[in-house]
Amino acid sequence: MTPATFDGLMPIVILMAIAVLLFLGGHFLSVYLAPKKPSHLKSTPYECGEEPVGTAWSMFNVRFYVVGLIFIIFDVESVLMFPVAAIFKEMNEMGEGGYALIVFLSFVSILIEGIAYCWKKGDLDWVKSFQLTANKNKK
Amino acid sequence: MNQTIVSYLSKYEFYKTLLGLFGGNESLLAFVIYLIVALIIIGFCATVGGLGTFAERKISADLQARIGPNRVGPYGLLQMLADGIKLITKEDIMPYAADKFLFYLAPLLALVGVFATLAVFPWSSGFAMSDLNVGVFYLVAISSLVGLAVFLGGYSSNSKWSMLGGMRGASQIISYEIPVTLSILAIVLLAGGMGFGTIVAQQKGLPFNWFIFHNPFTFIAFFVFFTGALAETNRAPFDLPEAESELVSGYNTEYTGMRFGFFALAEYIEVFVVSGVAVALFLGGSNLPVNIEVDFLPLQFVEVIIFVTKAALLYYVVIWIRWTLPRLRVDQLMSICWKYLTPIAIFNLVGCAIWMVAFNGKSLAELIFGH
Repeated sequence: MTPATFDGLMPIVILMAIAVLLFLGGHFLSVYLAPKKPSHLKSTPYECGEEPVGTAWSMFNVRFYVVGLIFIIFDVESVLMFPVAAIFKEMNEMGEGGYALIVFLSFVSILIEGIAYCWKKGDLDWVKSFQLTANKNKK
Repeated sequence: MNQTIVSYLSKYEFYKTLLGLFGGNESLLAFVIYLIVALIIIGFCATVGGLGTFAERKISADLQARIGPNRVGPYGLLQMLADGIKLITKEDIMPYAADKFLFYLAPLLALVGVFATLAVFPWSSGFAMSDLNVGVFYLVAISSLVGLAVFLGGYSSNSKWSMLGGMRGASQIISYEIPVTLSILAIVLLAGGMGFGTIVAQQKGLPFNWFIFHNPFTFIAFFVFFTGALAETNRAPFDLPEAESELVSGYNTEYTGMRFGFFALAEYIEVFVVSGVAVALFLGGSNLPVNIEVDFLPLQFVEVIIFVTKAALLYYVVIWIRWTLPRLRVDQLMSICWKYLTPIAIFNLVGCAIWMVAFNGKSLAELIFGH
């Protein structure tokens, strides 16, 4: 790695290191200053005064999983579009603007197709399964 | 390629004197300068975070015709110090059922994610710690560490409120990243580069040279970006992860003392960061309103003041919105993101691309005034 490329990354490392030091500093300061009177009741999870039943690590709504999947697809798409967008202006000044636009639009059209598909399948609705069964019963 | 504060200062005479003091070791000098600047920036941002909590309470009090904090120091200004001392001296409680390692890790991730974004922050044309040529891209990537922290904080506490808050937080932050990224993409398209230096340098001059007024699409893109940024920082009306009337305190219910403080600090600094990014991308950044070709040091401080003032105004708008609008439901949240903001953002992106080709990259003002 040449010094020039390292020059740009050094501040990031320094800032991250300071964040870690700040965290550890605050932690040890509170270890010194804060009172320490642990009890079992104090360390139970807060459930508005009720005794906690079971663990929180149980099944959760599957919608969150679908949202995660859609996000990954769109995020990868937009990551791939960043380089295209970055050289778009340069291409335009070289007189290749029309070509760049076609390439760019074909990129975007995949994105639009994706969102249209998800929308049609009902993956963008939060209460999808319930609505679909309700409609079927009416017919 | 990389216009950093070190390469900026190296134009001046005193840099050579400093270099002599360090025995000609440029890397060591660069390290020392970066360290000092990093400490200044973090000190400043911690103050901004503290002032943010104070401003939040004071402005909400104003909006609700109350007085707000007024006992500690003049105008209640030292309230943030009192809060900090109180947080440090509070007992640190760890739920017995928690995942201990992740429970410790979550606030650290939030802090690291926020502080790392400050590295590419364009404080002024010369005073950026590092102008990476992938600046905006880096910022989008590293700031999602905060989303991870929110989810891990909620998951590791093993409390039902935290779990619900963490789940909502994760899905909300990743969803709203899409419209935000697409809006940023439109600006990258216009600027022809991802570095903050490149983007800010093209918005020199009066407000009609800013990217928000470049064409009608960027004008909409700014509002899409700002709405998405509000959701990414968990600010009302998108504060579902910590909805205090439903989920107690959401993902940080089980956090006490200093670790809760770090979460709060990270959140308030992140609001400042997104305000700053909005200023740099859309609102002209740190540019002076007049074109001055002379390059001398005090001017840089004026630019920093301009940048911080604009960001502070946006910060005020964020707080104002929080105390004006009611909270959304989860399904409304998701439909706003996926059915409104994302299609609008794609529309803006396509519009910007077509505008670039059709008008050869000229802004609306250039077309009207013709210069």
